Order: sequence, then C-alpha cells, then structure tokens
Amino acid sequence: MQKSIVNPRKPARRSAWRTLVQYRTLIFMCLPAIIFFFIFSYMPMPGAYIAFTNFQYNKGIFASPFVGLKNFQFLFISGQLGLLLRNTVLYNIAFIVLGNVVQLAFAILLNEVTNKIYKKSAQSIMFLPYFISDVLVSLLVYNLLNFDFGFVSHIVRSLGGEMPKVYQNAGAWPFIIVLVNLWKSTGYGTVVYFAAITGMDSSMMEAAQIDGANAWQRIKYITLPTLKPTVIILFLFAIGGILKGNFGLFYNLVGNNAMLFNTTDIIETYVYRSMMNSFNFSQSSAVGLFQSVVGFFIVLGANAFVKHLDPDYALF
Amino acid sequence: MFSVSVHTKQEMHPIHIKKDSSQILINVITYILVTVFCVMCILPFWMIIASSFSTEEAIRRSGFTLWPTDFSTYSYELLFRSPDQMIGAYIVTILLAGVGTLVGLFLISMTGYALQRKDFPLRNGIMFYIYFTSLFSAGLVPFYLLMVQTLNLRDSYLAILLPLLMSPWLIVLMKNFVKAIPHEITESGKIDGAGDFRIFYQLILPNLKPALATIGLFLALSYWNEWYYSSLFLTSKVEYRPLQYHLYNVINKVASLKNSVAGSNVIITDLPGETLKMATAVVATGPIILLYPFVQKYFVAGLTVGAVKG
Repeated sequence: MQKSIVNPRKPARRSAWRTLVQYRTLIFMCLPAIIFFFIFSYMPMPGAYIAFTNFQYNKGIFASPFVGLKNFQFLFISGQLGLLLRNTVLYNIAFIVLGNVVQLAFAILLNEVTNKIYKKSAQSIMFLPYFISDVLVSLLVYNLLNFDFGFVSHIVRSLGGEMPKVYQNAGAWPFIIVLVNLWKSTGYGTVVYFAAITGMDSSMMEAAQIDGANAWQRIKYITLPTLKPTVIILFLFAIGGILKGNFGLFYNLVGNNAMLFNTTDIIETYVYRSMMNSFNFSQSSAVGLFQSVVGFFIVLGANAFVKHLDPDYALF
Repeated sequence: MFSVSVHTKQEMHPIHIKKDSSQILINVITYILVTVFCVMCILPFWMIIASSFSTEEAIRRSGFTLWPTDFSTYSYELLFRSPDQMIGAYIVTILLAGVGTLVGLFLISMTGYALQRKDFPLRNGIMFYIYFTSLFSAGLVPFYLLMVQTLNLRDSYLAILLPLLMSPWLIVLMKNFVKAIPHEITESGKIDGAGDFRIFYQLILPNLKPALATIGLFLALSYWNEWYYSSLFLTSKVEYRPLQYHLYNVINKVASLKNSVAGSNVIITDLPGETLKMATAVVATGPIILLYPFVQKYFVAGLTVGAVKG
C-alpha cells in the first residue's frame, strides 16, 4: 500500500498537517508514551536550574536566589566531587572488567558441557540472584558478615582467627561490594554471552573438530574471535555508563553508615542522602547535573566509537 | 535427498561424542566452578530460611548457621499474631504489580507496534524523543520536586505506580519482538479495512504472547522489588508500604521492627530481633522464589532478544 501524500509543490506546513491527520491513529497510540516521558523526563529538565540557586523550599525553584556556579565551586574545592567521581568510576571499572571476564568464562565453559539438563539448571540457578531486591541482598550480606553472629565471623572465630569489625572498616568494602555485584550479575551476563555463542555459525566448529582441533584450540581460535565484536560493543556501552552507579546496591549495603563513606560513597548515594537527609537540594542537584552532562558526552563518545566499528550496533 | 541428509548426520554424530583429553579437562573445570558458584547462589537464601527457624538465643550463641540449632517457629508466630502490616503490604504490592503490569503492558505494546510500522513517518522522531530520556536526565532533585511540589504525589501510591509503567528499554525490547511478526498481517488487516488500532488489538496482540509474558515479567518484578520510589515518596503517614520497603524498614529501623509485631503483647526487650528480620524476609520474598522456576525461561528469552540487537 503506497502512501504518497507529500506533494513537493505544496507548502511544508500543509503536508505536515496532512501527515498528522492521516496517521492520527498511530499517533494516538503513541500518545500515552509521549505524555508519560514528557511528564516524568522532560518536565523536570528546566528544574536543573536549581543547581545554580540557593534553593529555598517554600519559594520553589525559580524564585530562589541565583548563585551562579557557587554550588559547583564548593563541591570542587571541598574535594567532595573528586571523591565521588573516584569511587563511582573505580567501582564501575572493577564491575565491568571482572564481571565480563567471569561471565565470558562461564558462558564459554558452559557451552562445552554436553549434558543439557546440567546446562539448563546451571543457567537457571545462576540467574536467581538477579531476581531478588537489593533490600534482601543487604540482609544476605549482613547474615554473612555481621560481627556478632555472622556466618563468616563464626567460622573465622571457630578457626581461632580474629574477625575484623567489617561494618566499621572502610577498607574492606570495595572487595565486598565488588564480590556482591559479581554474585548478582554473573548469571545475567552469562546468559547474554551464552546466547551469543549459541547463535554462532556451528559449521566452523564442526570443521575444526573434523580437522582434529582440541577443545582449547577451538575456544582460542573460533569461539573467542567470534565473540570479539559482541564483547567490544558491550564493553563500550558499559564505558558509556561509567558515571552511573547502582544506587540500590550501594545504598542498601552501606546505608547511612558514615564510617564507610570514604570508600563507598558514589554519586547516586550522595545525591540521595544530601537531598533526603540533609535537605541540601542545591548541592545535591549540582552533583546530579554534573553527572548527567558529563555522562551524556561519554555516551556520545562511546556510541561514536561503536558506530566507527560497526554501524549496525550504534544506538543512533 | 532425504536419505543423504540422514546419512551425513549419522556420520557426523560420532565426531561430536569423541572427547580428547583437553575436552575432559575443560568439563571437569566447568563442573567444579559452575557447581560451586551455583551453591553460592543458593546458600544465602537457605541460610535466611534456616535462621528464621532458629531461636534468638541460638543465634546469639552460635551465629547464623546452615541448620537451625534449636528449631523454633516463634518468629513466625509473632508475625502472624498481628499480621496487619504484612497483609497490608501484600495487598498493596499485589495491587500495584497487577495494575502496573497490565496498564504498562498495554501502553508499551501499543507504542512498540506503532513505532515499528515502516509506513509511519514520525516513528524515528518519536523513538528519539523516547530514547533521549535514557541518555540525559535532569537528575533526582528536579524529579523529586516535580513529584512532590508540582504533582503533589507525596504519600500517594501513584508516585510508585506511575514512574515504573514504562521505560525506553522496555519499549525498544517490545519493538524488537513486534518486528518478528510478519508485516503481511498488518497488510491483510488494512485490505480488510481495519483501522490501525483494530489491527493492533485484534491481529497483533494475540501474536505477541511470548513478548507479553517476558515484558510483563520484567514489569511485575520491578513492582514486586520496589522500595526506591517508596523510600522517596511514602512518609510514615502511610500505613501500608509495599513489601520490599516494609522489609527495608524492618531491617534498618528498630522502631519499624517493633511496630511490625505491635499488639502481640511481647515485651520489647524480649523481641527476637534477628529471627524476626529473617522471618519477614522469608514471607516477603517467598512467593517470587517459588514462582522463579516457572518464569525464568521468559527472562532468558527477553535477554536473548535484547542481546541480539539492543
């Protein structure tokens, strides 16, 4: 069915109007989504102005006194922003690198298993931690590490060791958080990589087998090179989100335990706390705006890189 | 032709089964690593259940263990002696998840269908309008002020229901699912004189069942695990909180722990704090763990579609 309504000789306004009329049903079908994103995503955008004000709650955003870049200046000079950036970026690098290595390894190893039932049930079980809320994750960790009755504490003590007070020891948390994140995300990533492996052309694999390639050689020369583009693209997109933190995980594990902030405070948790606990709306939004703007350009950069490698995978 | 293909298959088969030594080594490594990891995935859940059936003294004495040292159902008795809060939390969560999932699914699939119609000239523009929101946002503070000051949604369940209805990612996922439905279905509907909405409702929707199951589960899970918007927008004035936020409060606030068994005539100092937390966790999370084996394949399906082309 050819729909040619745009007549080049007629003024553009007329044809735009005709498009609206002709496709009114499809437009109406998109309308709820358009309104939804307008209200919850676009309407708050002018409110980012609050980062340049000394916000007073009763006056509202636009009647509060304008202070220019003072909020940003304070965050830079006090070193707060530097600390948040350091933690957020370092955690994300650890998550991305370790996460991908483990997920890729599990997917490749699982692919070599011939027992279908084992393969299926292993995937299902590994996926389970992804299902549960971060609230419950925090309880699981508490169960293990609590100083008085934690499972790990008890084992350490019964072996004659000295259990450190984990909830007062900032140095331990980078390890704990990275491990917990690994525990939670391994199943998810393994399934993604596993799908990519199963989607591979199996004829090369069979040819290699006939030629007498052993399992290591097949992984090294066929599976890994075939997965390379997927890995690179997932990696680049992960880099695009390097300023975004997993608020739920960090906030539930650490909460308002100020003894641990030095090594655990990320942008999201700072923004949340300074708004909900200290009611410092201006500074909170300054950090948030900084994250949004810088993060936006990082995503653009990552996408340009992906587009350069393989235009099919670019987001836009 | 038929016999030839069968023949080659029979010839190919033994090669698959023959294992060299490196293959055996890899299998051994895999079974060990994957099995250990799987045990690590299940063990913490088991520990929570085990400790919820322990006595408080046993936990004080020998910590959380893999087997209840002194078996007791006291914490559950306490919970069910004054089940008001838990029942309220369940009703709120089920209503939110039910309404949110149904409405969200309908809106997402409608949008997804319209946006993959190749003859719809506005589709790229609208898609970009939606997608842009995942690239740039105003941040938490302006969103919070919009919800609280402009929309006046503090202490309203709408503050939880609405923001979780749709996301750019779910719309893209749905679009990918709809793309797999042959375009001829839309064409045949048009020839029969059906309008776009009727084509979607009567011809496309029935063909979308796997997509609806997958995306519906993602939606339902996000409502079931919700505690974030609750913590932002529900103050203590709200009597019944969603389950996970209720659990959050029981874990983190002593006052909430006491309230959760208020009216059960327990002296507060005797309150079995640790076992009560565990029992609350079991009751709040139980259903999703029990449902998990039956629904996980839809999640895997969703991930696979999403991974092929995001």
